[in-house]
Amino acid sequence: MASQEMEQLVRREYKEGFVTDIESDTVPPGLDESTIAFISNKKGEPEWMLEWRLKAYHQWLKMTSPSWAHLDYPPIDYQAISYYSAPKREEDKPQSLDEVDPKLLETYEKLGIPLHERAALAGVAVDAVFDSVSVTTTFKEKLHEAGVIFCSISEAIRDYPELVKQYLGSVVPQGDNYFAALNSAVFTDGSFVFVPEGVTCPMELSTYFRINAANTGQFERTLIICESRAQVSYLEGCTAPQRDENQLHAAVVELVALEDAYIKYSTVQNWYPGDEDGKGGIYNFVTKRGDCRGDRSRISWTQVETGSAITWKYPSCVLRGKHSIGEFYSVAVTNGRQQADTGTKMIHIGEGTRSSIISKGISAGRSNQSYRGLVKVGPRAKGARNFTQCDSLLIGDTCGAHTFPYQEIGNSTATVEHEATTSKIGEDQLFYCQSRGISEEDAVSMIVNGFCKDVFQELPMEFAVEAEALLNVTLEGAVG
Amino acid sequence: MSDVQSDVQRFLERLGEHAAGRAEAQGPEPTWIAARRQAGAARFEALGFPTRRDEAWKYTDVRGIARGDFQLATNADFSPATAARLTLPIEAHRLTFVDGVFAPALSTLDDLPAGAQLVPLSRALEENHEAVGGPLGRLTGVEFSPFAALNTAFMEEGAVLRLAPGTVVEKPIILQFLSRAGEAPAMSHPRILIEMAGRSQATVIEHHVGEEQAANFTNLVEEVILDRGAILTHYKLQEAPLADLHVSSIHVEQARDSRYTSFNLNLGGGLVRTDLITELNGEGAEANFNGLFYGQGRQHVDNHTLANHNAPLTFSNENYKGILDDRAHGVFNGKVVVKRDSQKIEGFQSNANLLLSDRAEIDAKPELEIYADDVKCSHGTTTGQLDEEAVFALRTRGIDEQTARGLLTLAFAGEVLEQVGLDAIAERVELAVAGKLPERFNLAGLVETAAALSEE
Repeated sequence: MASQEMEQLVRREYKEGFVTDIESDTVPPGLDESTIAFISNKKGEPEWMLEWRLKAYHQWLKMTSPSWAHLDYPPIDYQAISYYSAPKREEDKPQSLDEVDPKLLETYEKLGIPLHERAALAGVAVDAVFDSVSVTTTFKEKLHEAGVIFCSISEAIRDYPELVKQYLGSVVPQGDNYFAALNSAVFTDGSFVFVPEGVTCPMELSTYFRINAANTGQFERTLIICESRAQVSYLEGCTAPQRDENQLHAAVVELVALEDAYIKYSTVQNWYPGDEDGKGGIYNFVTKRGDCRGDRSRISWTQVETGSAITWKYPSCVLRGKHSIGEFYSVAVTNGRQQADTGTKMIHIGEGTRSSIISKGISAGRSNQSYRGLVKVGPRAKGARNFTQCDSLLIGDTCGAHTFPYQEIGNSTATVEHEATTSKIGEDQLFYCQSRGISEEDAVSMIVNGFCKDVFQELPMEFAVEAEALLNVTLEGAVG
Repeated sequence: MSDVQSDVQRFLERLGEHAAGRAEAQGPEPTWIAARRQAGAARFEALGFPTRRDEAWKYTDVRGIARGDFQLATNADFSPATAARLTLPIEAHRLTFVDGVFAPALSTLDDLPAGAQLVPLSRALEENHEAVGGPLGRLTGVEFSPFAALNTAFMEEGAVLRLAPGTVVEKPIILQFLSRAGEAPAMSHPRILIEMAGRSQATVIEHHVGEEQAANFTNLVEEVILDRGAILTHYKLQEAPLADLHVSSIHVEQARDSRYTSFNLNLGGGLVRTDLITELNGEGAEANFNGLFYGQGRQHVDNHTLANHNAPLTFSNENYKGILDDRAHGVFNGKVVVKRDSQKIEGFQSNANLLLSDRAEIDAKPELEIYADDVKCSHGTTTGQLDEEAVFALRTRGIDEQTARGLLTLAFAGEVLEQVGLDAIAERVELAVAGKLPERFNLAGLVETAAALSEE
């Protein structure tokens, strides 16, 4: 085996590792009621929002950090984190791209974000989030014509308070879990999408998150609502610059699908995973949940997870409406000293609900990866159906792959299936490819891509290409 | 909180009373036993009874045990007629315990082959307590669970089986635990120790059964040590009365090329929790876990299994099937752990459940924890109902729906039972399952009809 190549790979510098030097308007580290008041004030929020945040904060104080995950990390000092950071000139927001700080644009350039004409070519509306304040939103008009609201959550709180009041926290309540409570108290930005009845969103919506400014936790809050017969596809992609100190990210994503609505939420996550000793990577504690509130609604989660030192993430579906559908497609790749504890929850409440879970985990280096999932079928979910498949691929003998699926079934008409396999890349598979003149490296890449195919084909076109490239970069040379 | 405290204290008080009585009757115990008892009591006091907040007890509520006021039985009186009815009709070496107390009258210990020792724990301790002291508690320490700690604090009776190298015990060994209906519910904390030296072979049947009205609590700890090439087939036939509470842990240690085959057949008991753990410590060691559980009424059956692959080239194979009716609650938690550098492992796990009622519940959690790359591990679990097409296929052949469903359910259980080597047990369980089916499926009647038809 080409251990040298492996070494090379492990030592590979983080490609997206660069820091943009922009003065940030940052509050001193620490969290108390005044920090929350500061954030709320900064955002120009109404009184009820501040109260909502404080309620979450008080619940958070009573909670303890979860310890059940198969993760190992030092305790997080929440008083050492700065909870607000925004690009300096917040008051006079740029009106067009020309006014945007050139350094910021440069950052986007490096990341390859299609903000300029590329945005038009790619047909993607970008609500780019730089640190905590959204800088610019494109294609608003086109969306406006269709009646779709796509803006930052701060704007939504200001412009559409009734909608926000009605839906915020209705899927992930303030006290849902430790990290969700923290997020509810201090979230600074995120996206808001509202697709009215009968409207199919004319384009794929996309947000690029980017963590900058040392020591700043990123607390995003995303809320997507699809009314009856509405449809939307939402893309989320992340990269982060290289840092020495661990950065905390605790996001909350809430999806609400009413009757016959369809929400597709795709993520490519490539945050800084830390150096070869696992130092400096992002801590990613995310609560994502979709609520299939209406009959025949459908929510689909697709994720490609290649980054972060710690990933704690369980995109879930609450299948409340009759015959609603929940889907989860995931590829998670860990290398170096990365740790990932990820999976999904499918809660079947309504009659005839269906869910499918396809999870592919690839572990290499000294990483550890766990699939943790729950399929729960309530007594009223007659004829509920679930299929779960989670496969793990191990590359090298120092990594770990674990599966912890929970099934709680309380209905005799439910059919629930789960299967999992763990294996390595077969010598014979490699040999077969090599005997046909394919290099070992390419053969591994082919096999791994084939392993993930079921998930990649669920991704929107632009993401699928990016995901495959990401996977190749992450695993290049991991097998010799 | 005070409630929980008092539950723990009640058990500790029983322990105190009992220890005082024993000291008076038998004088001081060997120091190692006293020390372990103390450690067990201290650990139990510190842990308290598990709650549903503990991951390992997430689906099993033991308040029924914690709140109970159980006495320790002092004699082994049991109606011989009832005992005869309950006893397995198998020619075997037999040790019988009534509410945990050894019953010599119901035991047969003669004609054991040379090299085999089978004695009640109390006698083993009397004869040579040091020989027992070494292995006892090595696999299942007081840290394992509050129940293991409690067992250690109370332990004084049980069974010790020792086989010298190459000894083959032809007849099965039955460890029979009878539960007696009495004025006050009783508790027992039996301890079983099986030590099998190189290339020895045995079949052990652990049989839990009792009088219908009994409502006792059994807290069993079992340690099995298999040396090189030893082969043990281990049956746990649970036919305890429906109000009985049963918690047990079986911890197996396997050396090179040893083979452990378990049949965990669970039909009775109100609350049954079994932990089955094997340590595959030597190359070529193999563990087979077969399980069948049938729950009805308000029965609660919890099976936890764990295969620790500590050495390369070890194999584990698991197949558990559950049938749940009425308001029964089943739990299956199977785990396969492959340690670092334990290459060339094969670990397979399969769990299938059939729910016959809308109020029945199954919680399944098949886990894999793998730290080596050259392994073949898989697990699958399904929960569902009978295949309607299969039911239809039978009906097109003139079989009425109820019979068709009964036959298919039996066939579902049959996949485990066909692995059972002892016909007497397979038949007994099959008949019991047939008798439990909602249609009160008359298997015996069907067999007779079939026989009559073939005679014609």
